[in-house]
Amino acid sequence: MKNKTDTDMSSAEKQPLRSGAQCVVDGLIKAGCEVLFGYPGGAVLDIFNCLYEAPFNFVLSRHEQGAVHMADGYARATGKPGCCLVTSGPGATNTVTGLATAYMDGVPLVCITGQVALDMIGNDAFQEADVIGITRPVTKHNFLVRSADDLPGIIAKAFYIATTGKPGPVVIDIPKNVQKQMTAALTPETVTMRSYRPDVPINEAEIAQFAELINNASRPLLYVGGGAISGNAAEALAQLAHKANIPVTTTLMALGVFPETDPLSLHMLGMHGSVAANYAVDHCDLLIAAGARFDDRVTGKISAFANKATIVHIDIDRSSISKSVRSDLGVHGYVKPVLEAVLPLVKPAEHTEWLEKVNRWKERFPFTYPKNDDALMPQFVIEQIDAVSEGKAVVVTDVGQNQMWAAQFFRYTRPRNFITSGGLGTMGFGLPAAIGAQFGRRGAPVVCVTGDGGVQMNFQELVVAVEHQIPVVVVILNNGFLGMVRQWQELFYDRRYSGVVLSQKGRAPNEQVAETSGYLPDFIKMAEAHGACARRVFKEEEVGPALREALASGKTWVIECIVAPEANVFPMIPPGAHVAEIINRTV
Amino acid sequence: MKHIINCLVENQPGVLARIVGLISGRGYNIETLNVGPTEDPTVSKMTIVVPGDSHVIEQVTHQLSKQIDVIEVVNMTNRRHLDRELILVRVATESHNARAEIVDLAALFRGHVVSVQEDSVTIQMVGNQETVADFLCLMKPYSIVDISRTGVIAVGREAPGASAAKG
Ligand SMILES: Cc1ncc(C[n+]2csc(CCOP(=O)(O)OP(=O)(O)O)c2C)c(N)n1
Repeated sequence: MKNKTDTDMSSAEKQPLRSGAQCVVDGLIKAGCEVLFGYPGGAVLDIFNCLYEAPFNFVLSRHEQGAVHMADGYARATGKPGCCLVTSGPGATNTVTGLATAYMDGVPLVCITGQVALDMIGNDAFQEADVIGITRPVTKHNFLVRSADDLPGIIAKAFYIATTGKPGPVVIDIPKNVQKQMTAALTPETVTMRSYRPDVPINEAEIAQFAELINNASRPLLYVGGGAISGNAAEALAQLAHKANIPVTTTLMALGVFPETDPLSLHMLGMHGSVAANYAVDHCDLLIAAGARFDDRVTGKISAFANKATIVHIDIDRSSISKSVRSDLGVHGYVKPVLEAVLPLVKPAEHTEWLEKVNRWKERFPFTYPKNDDALMPQFVIEQIDAVSEGKAVVVTDVGQNQMWAAQFFRYTRPRNFITSGGLGTMGFGLPAAIGAQFGRRGAPVVCVTGDGGVQMNFQELVVAVEHQIPVVVVILNNGFLGMVRQWQELFYDRRYSGVVLSQKGRAPNEQVAETSGYLPDFIKMAEAHGACARRVFKEEEVGPALREALASGKTWVIECIVAPEANVFPMIPPGAHVAEIINRTV
Repeated sequence: MKHIINCLVENQPGVLARIVGLISGRGYNIETLNVGPTEDPTVSKMTIVVPGDSHVIEQVTHQLSKQIDVIEVVNMTNRRHLDRELILVRVATESHNARAEIVDLAALFRGHVVSVQEDSVTIQMVGNQETVADFLCLMKPYSIVDISRTGVIAVGREAPGASAAKG
């Protein structure tokens, strides 16, 4: 099949007619698709029919949201675009959360949705939804295909748009009749669009100005975001940081782009970032934002953020520059070429005084947590994942406290080894994204860190891991609460725990339920019912062995850790506050 | 301050919805919006009037440029340009005097009467933003019964090469 397709595309003259559905499969092959995640239905039957002989894997998720998160995890772990395929109506609407998640974090995806036949659109036909309208605000672009003749070109464009500039998800909505329609149109070799030119030439004047700012700074700081990972800028970043001795802090999205074991690393900044990173932002005289977007979880009180600093903002998304925080110099471009261009103009520097200051903060305020003899601390579990995997695990998180602890207590040293829903903060992301990540990184140890709340949002996808022998290790930090929300209620709402208690005891007066014999659901039985291996651990000494066994087994595992129910994530800068208001109860 | 933004877009279904959705979704206001074909049938031109300070307008411009179907965005307010709007305004004429006054005022603004009813007169008037605003101000005392406006359109007065390409 593969060979046949290849020759078809090279012998343009006697191009046989192809169906729209076949164009889809051929377009995916041409784009290098290795694995397609999806779910079938009436409006994509023709495409599924052609998929039968496709040379790439098809993975059937158990919910369309799961399929999109898998494609997303695959894309974040590999840097290649993720691909998914779903049916019209409910299939397509189920993708919305997944698309929004990928959109917020700039993840390249191509999502193909079936649609009712063109002449039925607008008639409230069976399983019709205005997918173009619904997905417009959560995609980088979307296409409604009106003729099979346009399809090969649109598929090529979709991959081009998804993977260039600031990457993002692209939806292709294909009516059923277009899938059946025959066409002689060829899959184009290259794509150019007059209305989309992602490549930005380096502006020498900006670079010169940028270099001068670096050379004149006495307290410079690099604030690095996800754009440095999607733009493969890790090496250029390290060179610049080392040449001029500039300390580096990263956002949640960029953990690992600069080794956290490097003496210049200040770890993550922002609401739950390190004290040192946040103090450094407050004290620096030059803040170099590289592929970061001044998210409110990073800045806190905008007017007080880095207010002693000249701000340089490098971003491929022009609209992101000066969106929330005014920058003094905007450098429009991909992070990597910009850093490479400025590097030769930057003079080596020591910044001894500044680094001493920063290091004192680092020593004085490390990430730490109170020891508890009665309960397993969730932070300890994360440290064990780091230790047992020798820092090699690809950590995929869900959202909440588990996510923040995973960010704080594992020292990331490589890009694409920390995968998380940062912008949208989508609970239910972790498990399917971990499965997708493992599809892209077959040999790597993949550990999903999740909460007892979030894991229930897409637990059904565990079957996919078991079926495909995807040896993800799912570590559930079970604290019996929707922990992060509980933490806010503890700190800012007088401990009035409303809507956050997952166990049957201790609920608010209007939430009383029958007390059963224990916590529901039983995650061990649930994991086993899905075909996975599972163990529940309560004590510190059980954690390492369980992780070791799971990681060595080559099987899908669930390790449920019963952790201290009311452990908190610190440090914490309250929302909208300045670093001076940091809460740091770590002893 | 109001800004006049000209936008060249791919002439495709859904582009208008995308632009309007973008602007409203980000909490900006559209005062007027005008869409029409250009000499190139594959390209449409939109003229959007957005109120806001320079920071808001900068954001709107960048967000528009970012749209895949947008070919070029030009903030006309920042450059030499001509802008016009056509209005049809029906004004009550309670007395013969009123009618005569309205017709006189319209003539001063090079507007003309396009329809006369027993109790009202309809004026067609073309002008730039200030002229239209001035004229409507003068019509106010007569009680405006109905008004329709095309929204502003604008063309640059500089050589075409001087227009900012999308970037
Ligand atoms: C889909 C979705 N719904 C609601 C929220 C709001 N939210 C953020 S964190 C959180 C609690 C998560 O609880 P759990 O999964 O148990 O993790 P923990 O915080 O305890 O580690 C909630 C409800 C969200 N982020 N995503």
